Amino acid sequence: MACVSPDGKPTESGTKMLRALKAGLGTPEEIAKEAGLPVFRVRSGLRELAEAGLAKQKDDRYELSEEGAKLIK
Amino acid sequence: MEELKEQTIHMPRISEPAPAFEAVTTHGKLKLEDFKGSWLILFSHPADFTPVCTTEFIAFSEIYPELQKRGVELLGLSVDSVSSHIAWARNVEEKTKVKIPFPIIADLNKEVSLAYGMIHPGQSKTETVRCVFIIDPNQVIRTILYYPLTTGRNMDEILRIIDALQTTDKHGVATPANWRPGDKVVVPPPNTQEMAEERLKQGYECTDWYLCKKKL
Repeated sequence: MACVSPDGKPTESGTKMLRALKAGLGTPEEIAKEAGLPVFRVRSGLRELAEAGLAKQKDDRYELSEEGAKLIK
Repeated sequence: MEELKEQTIHMPRISEPAPAFEAVTTHGKLKLEDFKGSWLILFSHPADFTPVCTTEFIAFSEIYPELQKRGVELLGLSVDSVSSHIAWARNVEEKTKVKIPFPIIADLNKEVSLAYGMIHPGQSKTETVRCVFIIDPNQVIRTILYYPLTTGRNMDEILRIIDALQTTDKHGVATPANWRPGDKVVVPPPNTQEMAEERLKQGYECTDWYLCKKKL
């Protein structure tokens, strides 16, 4: 996985996305701009973060899950 | 024999929606729809750690900044594993100082290769030939190039095609042979006799009513 390591921890790019979610950004486009990553990477990364339980999807926006919030302090 | 026939049946065509996929890549699991809104060059190479492919990957990496300026993403593919792709990309960087900045699909089950008609059994039954699919932001195939295993691709031509397609979309014109950005473009030919007569009075550079050019 590109955004979540095998041990379940976010990678550097995953952490950037989680930080952007914590800052209140929710769409892949907003997060890509904030994190300095290509939009395709963010779309795929957010899917991974959601599958790992670190983010939640609501319609076309994402937000931090409780588990994700614990990792980003 | 049946299996070979199967592999050659599906050939995508220009102006058709690009076949959807979800694939394991060196940048994680990617779907075609992840690239929606960007232009995408999906290209295949025969195999990692081979000489012509290495020169191509260096060349694709070198034009990557120019592609980014044009809103274009790159996505490579071969029938090799992610570990092989990672090892090859690291080797290229170590030996040539060129970092491969784009993802590469590890198409071990050939799902994407077969959907895009990338395996030409006359060239190789197991490797993909050198294909280039230029896909627009609406995920429609706009250009297809196929090169044999022995011929490395021309990056200038790939950039030129991107410039031509984007110029066509923006200005509703066509581009003549050997067109380069800044050159005159072709005005679409008239559809009626009246339009043909009017065309000659519109100040374009016309060889005749059906071949008129203009500066953008």
